[in-house]
Amino acid sequence: MIEAQGLTKRYGKTLAVDDLSFSVTPGKVTGFLGPNGAGKSTTMRMILGLDNPTEGQVRIGGKRYHELHHPLRTVGALLDAKWVHPNRSARAHLAWMAKSNKISPRRVDEVLETVGLSAVANKRAGGFSLGMSQRLGIAAALLGDPEVLLFDEPVNGLDPEGILWIRKFMHRLAEEGRTVFVSSHLLSEMALTASELVVIGKGKLISQSSTDDFVARASENSVKVRSPQLDVLRDALTRASATVAPADDGVVVSGLDIAKIGEIAMENGVVLHELSPQRGSLEQAFMQITGDAVEYHADLEAEAQRALAPTAN
Amino acid sequence: MTLLAVERIKLLSTRSPWWCALVALVVTAGFTALVVGNADEQFPATVATTQFGYSFGLAVIMVLAALAVTTEYRFGTIRTTFQAIPNRGSALLAKTTVIAALSLVIGEVTAFVCWGLSTLLQPNADLALNSTADWINVAGVGVVYAVAAVIAVAVGILVRHSAGAISLLMIYSLAVESLIQLIPSIGDDIYEWLPFNVANKFLMGDGGSNSGRAADAGMPLSTSPLSPGWALAYFAAFAAVLLAIAITTAKKRDA
Repeated sequence: MIEAQGLTKRYGKTLAVDDLSFSVTPGKVTGFLGPNGAGKSTTMRMILGLDNPTEGQVRIGGKRYHELHHPLRTVGALLDAKWVHPNRSARAHLAWMAKSNKISPRRVDEVLETVGLSAVANKRAGGFSLGMSQRLGIAAALLGDPEVLLFDEPVNGLDPEGILWIRKFMHRLAEEGRTVFVSSHLLSEMALTASELVVIGKGKLISQSSTDDFVARASENSVKVRSPQLDVLRDALTRASATVAPADDGVVVSGLDIAKIGEIAMENGVVLHELSPQRGSLEQAFMQITGDAVEYHADLEAEAQRALAPTAN
Repeated sequence: MTLLAVERIKLLSTRSPWWCALVALVVTAGFTALVVGNADEQFPATVATTQFGYSFGLAVIMVLAALAVTTEYRFGTIRTTFQAIPNRGSALLAKTTVIAALSLVIGEVTAFVCWGLSTLLQPNADLALNSTADWINVAGVGVVYAVAAVIAVAVGILVRHSAGAISLLMIYSLAVESLIQLIPSIGDDIYEWLPFNVANKFLMGDGGSNSGRAADAGMPLSTSPLSPGWALAYFAAFAAVLLAIAITTAKKRDA
C-alpha cells in the first residue's frame, strides 16, 4: 500500500511534481503513466526517500520510508538498471545489499535463479546486456521478498521476449498479493500490464482509475459522416449535444453513439453517404489527454515533413 | 558491525583498491630505494630517509579514498545504498571507517616495507628504531594515511565527481599548501596551521629520526609550532570537521 498526499517537488523554478495525491493498493499491478518528463521518476525517488519532497508526503503501509526497519524487506525497487558498479559481480552486488538488511546469503542465489542469471552470477555486471542488467535489477528488488515493488520504465529498451517476461512477472507478483507500482510512458504497454492506472502530466494528477475505464475514455470513438445535406445534419447533431468538427469532405462527430447519429439522420430525413467509426490509436488518444501536459513539445508534423522531403525529390 | 561488513564487501569486491594498494606500495618503495640506495657518507641514510617517499603513497591513498565515494555517485550505487540504509549518516560513517582502516593497513605495510628495504640496501647505516621519534616516523605513516583517507572521503562526498574531487585533493596537498608560504608577511603564519604541514610535524617532530639534520636527506621539517601529539590531534580534528560537514550536506541533499 502506497499513499501519496499533496506530494510536491520543486527544482528552482520548475515544479517537477505538483500537489500529487494517489494511492496504490495491493494485489494488482498499478501503472504510473505519463509522458517523458512528467515527474514519474522524481515521484518514485520521493517514495524511496532518495529525494526530499518540497511539500506533502508519501507513506508505505502507513510509514515513511526512513521509518522502515530493514527497508529492503518491505520495499523492493528497480529505478535504473545501470545503478551497479561495472566491476562488481552480480553476486557481490546482491551480497552487500542482502548483508545490509540482514537477509540470508542463500536468498542471493534464489533470486539469481528466479531471474535466470545463475550462470553469470560471478561475471562483472559492467559486461551485462541491457536485458541482463534489467534482470539483475529485478533480482535486487526481489531480494528482501518485499510487500511493495516499484519499477521505473522496466521494459525500456528490451526486446519483445524480455518485455513479455517482465509483463508476466509483474502479474505473478501481483497475484501473490503484493503491491506492484510500475511506471511507463507507453499506454499500449500499460494496457497490457496494469489493471489500475495513475496518470500524470507535468507533475499533476490527470486521473486515477481502472485501466479499462481510462482506455475507454482515451479511445472514445468519433464518427465520420458525409452527406449532401450536411448543414441540416450539423444543426440536428449539435442540438443533440454532439461535437461536430469539419473534416476533408464531411464532418467528424464525437460524443454520440454511431447508432444514435444514424437515427438522428433518419429523423431529419438526411441522406448519408458515409457513416464510419474513426478509431484513433490508443497512443494518439493518450497524447490528446496529456497533450497540454507534455513538458517538451516536439513539432511532430514539421518533423515528419522534413523527414519526407528528401525522398520527394 | 553489519554496516561495516556491507562496506567491506563493497570496497573489496572491485579491483581498484587492490591496484591502488599495489601502486602505493611500489611507488613509495621504489622512490625510497632510489633515495636510500644513493645515500653516501656525506648524507648517510637515516630512519627519516627511509620514509622520504611517503607523500607519494599518500597521494595514491587519497585517490583511492575519494574514488570509493565518487564511483558510488558515478554509478548510482549510492542511491541503492541509501535505499538499503536510509540512515545516511551511519552508512557514510561505516564507509569512512572501512576506507580509513584499509588505508591504515596499506600505510603500515608500505612504511615497514620501505624501512626493511632500506636496511637491506644500507646494512651499515644506523636504521634501528631505537627512539619514540623513530617509531612515530615509521609507524605513524599508516595513521597519517588513515586520517588523509577521511579527508579524501569527505571531499568525495561533497564534490561527488571523481575528476573534481581528485584534482582538488591533489592540487591542494601537493601545491596549494606550499604556495601559501609565498604570500608576503602572513604566508608563513598561515602555513604553520595548514593540515598537511601539521601532519608532517607529527611524523617528523623536530627531526629526531633524522639524526638532527634539517632537510639534507629527508623530508623538510614542518614549521608547525605544535608538539607531535597535538599535531596529530589537530590533523584528525580537521578531518573530523570536514567529514561532519560532508555528512550533514549528504543528509540534506537529494541523492
